[in-house]
Amino acid sequence: MRSSILWRRCIIAAALLVALPLTAGQAQTTVKIGIINSYSGFVAQAADQMQKGMDLYVKLHEKDLPPGVKIEIIKRDDTSNPETGKRLAQELITQDQVQILTGVILSPVAAAVAPLTAEAKVPFVITNAAGVSIPRMSPYVVRTSFTLWQECYPIGKWAAEQGWKTAYTEVTDFIAGHDSEAAFIKGFTDGGGKVLDSVRYPMQNPDFVPFVQRVKDAKPDVAFLWVPAQTQATAMINAVRDLGLRAAGIHIVSAQDLLPDEELPHMGDTPLGLITSGNFSVAGDRPANKAFLADWAKEYGAQSTPDFFSVDGWDGMAAIFDLIKSTKGKFTGDEAMAFLSNWQNPDSPRGPIKIDPATRDIVQNIYIREVKQVDGKLANVEIATIPMVKDPWKELNPPK
Amino acid sequence: MSSEATRAATVDAFARRHRFRAIEAAPWLLALAVYVVFPRYLPLGAQILATILFVLSADLVLGYAGIVTLGHAAFFGTGAYTAGLLAANGWGEPLSGLIAAALTAALVGFLSGLIILRATGLALLMQTLVVATTLYEAANKLGRWTGGDDGLSGMVVWPIFGMFRFDLFGRTAYTYCLVVLFLGWLLARQIAHSPFGRSLTGARENTSRMHAIGAPVARRRLIIYTISAALAGVAGALIAQTTSFVGLTSLSLERSGNALIMLIIGGVGRLYGAFIGVPLFMVAQDRFSKIDPVYWYFWLGLLMISVVVFARGGVLGLFERLWGLRRR
Amino acid sequence: MSGTLGALVSIGFHGLAFAMVLYLISVGLSVTMGLMGFVNLAHGAFAMLGGYVMTVSMTRYGVPFLAALGLAAATAALVSIPLERLLYRRFYGGEELDQVLLTMGLIFMSVAGATYLWGPQTQHMQPPDWLAGQVDLGFRSFPAYRSFLIVCGGALVVALWLGLEHTRFGAQIRAAVDNLRMAQSVGINTSRLFVLTFALGSGLAGLGGGLGADLMAINPTYALQYLVYFIIVVAVGGLGSIRGPFFAALFIGIADTAFKYYLPELGAFFIYALTMMLLLWRPQGLFGRA
Repeated sequence: MRSSILWRRCIIAAALLVALPLTAGQAQTTVKIGIINSYSGFVAQAADQMQKGMDLYVKLHEKDLPPGVKIEIIKRDDTSNPETGKRLAQELITQDQVQILTGVILSPVAAAVAPLTAEAKVPFVITNAAGVSIPRMSPYVVRTSFTLWQECYPIGKWAAEQGWKTAYTEVTDFIAGHDSEAAFIKGFTDGGGKVLDSVRYPMQNPDFVPFVQRVKDAKPDVAFLWVPAQTQATAMINAVRDLGLRAAGIHIVSAQDLLPDEELPHMGDTPLGLITSGNFSVAGDRPANKAFLADWAKEYGAQSTPDFFSVDGWDGMAAIFDLIKSTKGKFTGDEAMAFLSNWQNPDSPRGPIKIDPATRDIVQNIYIREVKQVDGKLANVEIATIPMVKDPWKELNPPK
Repeated sequence: MSSEATRAATVDAFARRHRFRAIEAAPWLLALAVYVVFPRYLPLGAQILATILFVLSADLVLGYAGIVTLGHAAFFGTGAYTAGLLAANGWGEPLSGLIAAALTAALVGFLSGLIILRATGLALLMQTLVVATTLYEAANKLGRWTGGDDGLSGMVVWPIFGMFRFDLFGRTAYTYCLVVLFLGWLLARQIAHSPFGRSLTGARENTSRMHAIGAPVARRRLIIYTISAALAGVAGALIAQTTSFVGLTSLSLERSGNALIMLIIGGVGRLYGAFIGVPLFMVAQDRFSKIDPVYWYFWLGLLMISVVVFARGGVLGLFERLWGLRRR
Repeated sequence: MSGTLGALVSIGFHGLAFAMVLYLISVGLSVTMGLMGFVNLAHGAFAMLGGYVMTVSMTRYGVPFLAALGLAAATAALVSIPLERLLYRRFYGGEELDQVLLTMGLIFMSVAGATYLWGPQTQHMQPPDWLAGQVDLGFRSFPAYRSFLIVCGGALVVALWLGLEHTRFGAQIRAAVDNLRMAQSVGINTSRLFVLTFALGSGLAGLGGGLGADLMAINPTYALQYLVYFIIVVAVGGLGSIRGPFFAALFIGIADTAFKYYLPELGAFFIYALTMMLLLWRPQGLFGRA
């Protein structure tokens, strides 16, 4: 009697042992994704926008993942500090064993993290940090956002093509500002224009009146006024309003940072007629954009407006998801980079985008937009498209 | 006497002269334990150790010389950029980088001290702020060399003694920072317990009387300021070398302010305030920001207020009071 | 008007508006530091609170402009009272470092609190219709809102100075700043004086924050962002003084604007360099006690 119970147990155990490898075939593959973002600090607003874009994509497309594959997202706050960002990246790689790093608003943080990705062979999908040379710092970096050269060179050229002969540039005195200044000047002079003067204002600057006064005194045909997005944009617009720059007959151009879609409704009437270049506007007339805006409103409410930070994050997640789908969640760093370097998305809310395998940087349409009244509100309406722009800086400065 | 006995007697005399108490070995044993028990947290550990050195240097001027400064990051950043620029331009030897950093930072400390140390109180606070902000703006302006806002990358730090490479897991970094901190601490301890150090405390408590007994207060304040600047520079160089990166944040008001906060939490003027305040603050910061990346400022603020309200004099002050109660 | 003169007038005008806002916010800090010996680094948080109350009540609840201003000042003043009673008063005349830690902690909590209540976005203020556009003074037209700032600020400054000189409350403040012990022995209720002064200073800061929302953008990191400006105004003006911060604010507002116009590359440096030199020459500030 006892031996038969024992036999029964043995058979059950054996059955389980045999069955186990069969079920192991359907075991979960979890892809760990580490997001490094600046949730606290002066860029918290941008970080919030980017995170919302990423979260929305994940929410809507989680069901598209192959069966048996799921993702785990780990978020870390770099507190706008490069050494913290680097340490967090180190921890994400060594402790949490993430397979992909993504995010990062600030270029200094991205610059600090990039060398790590080369050593650990972990792909890094940058969804904002725009420093031109960052993709060169590691062969595992790919970027889905933009560079300021990519945005500002076209508008410089375009401004010259409008017949505007003289320009005056003013930018914030840090690397992003210098990039936008150099790019605009090159574009404008390439188009035959002449730059009267270039001024840089300090980073912490509450009042732009003295700088805008200089522009007014110089009477150029066009003024290129650049500030980093968010808090300074409104202050700059206020200075333009208070000094009546438009009424003085000076055209004003900038990059999309000056007139973020989120801030535009709060700037009064001053921005009417201002022209900026950018990769995304909520007024963009594309089906993918309309769907994106509808999903956004459903998730975050009608009062909330996405902007380019959100779309750049959205597309970064799209790239990652496409990678996971094509490799069924199993990939080495090199396989991932082979895929990501050739990734494209013809149907992003901002239009067709792709990654240039030679530089691992993004290639996208740059739109010239003018602020117009649409349905009683101001919007950045796309009036011209410069298609599939590669980063001009890299073309002008090939690697040594 | 036999060599055994001689040795024992020498050690004994040394210990008695410097009054090493057994409990002072605790932080070092703890640090070694961390290496073994938390091998995955070594990068954080290395940054904590380097920051302890920075805050220790701040304690020298704040706790011992009574100079309230909101600009100590000036010296930290100077050291960081010195080490960074050397490593980015071909000379990646870490130890000589540390020495260069110490010397440059000491120079900056000496020159700025000459100008501003005659002031006191709020005026002095402002002056320290001005010095640090000026250096910050200068580092940004000289972007071609310092990398400006993007930071200095392309640093190549050579292995220590040609053998120990700075690895991804932070082992070399941790040990490196630990040894340098130990040496810095020995120096600080020596100063604090010396007649020089005690004269500083006297100057802090009652300046007029110090003048009356003929003690050269101004000169001593300048000396300690310079030494503190050198140590802060070494701390900056440590961070630069172990992260292979230097950014403008090494000169920022936030860095100076955080150092002050960590020191006050630990306890000012007691030499070990830094050893308690820094790990407490940085680990709390790390934990809180992982639990709630958006709102951790709130909990941190609450912690700081609680320390002030319930633990005057910082954690060490609390210990002292409890110890005092025990005696009674 | 000719080019240079026109530019100068413009600079002076805008600098003056900026100075008014700085003064309104910083005067409370100066008096608090001089009177209670309390380093309140979190003072900017009251300005921020006033700014938020004003912008949110105007945009979300349609409260008219002047009423929103009053609300901003009142809220800041009221919030300051329990803070003073429960927290600050324990540290008067005490260790500066304790005060620094306490107020830094409050700043951090204010950053998180503002993010929680109103989100990380910058708050916007649209001036009311009767203050939009330009004011034509014949020889030149000026932005109406900034003109209002100057007029408003000027009126408040005059009211403060007159109040200090001619009211009993003002006399009590002057006495207590001069010599606290004496003031107490003469029967002045210094405890009540402190809380009233603190509330007044915080209310003014709230008003300044609301009025200046156009110039100094209201966002969660406001208290940290503009801390250096407030400290410079107080240090250069002198502690415990009402006049001092006014001249300091004028100096900062106009000089800063002028330097940025003429030498934009070095604009930021000049203010710091001037502050340093001024403090080396007069460490107690323009109107402080030596």
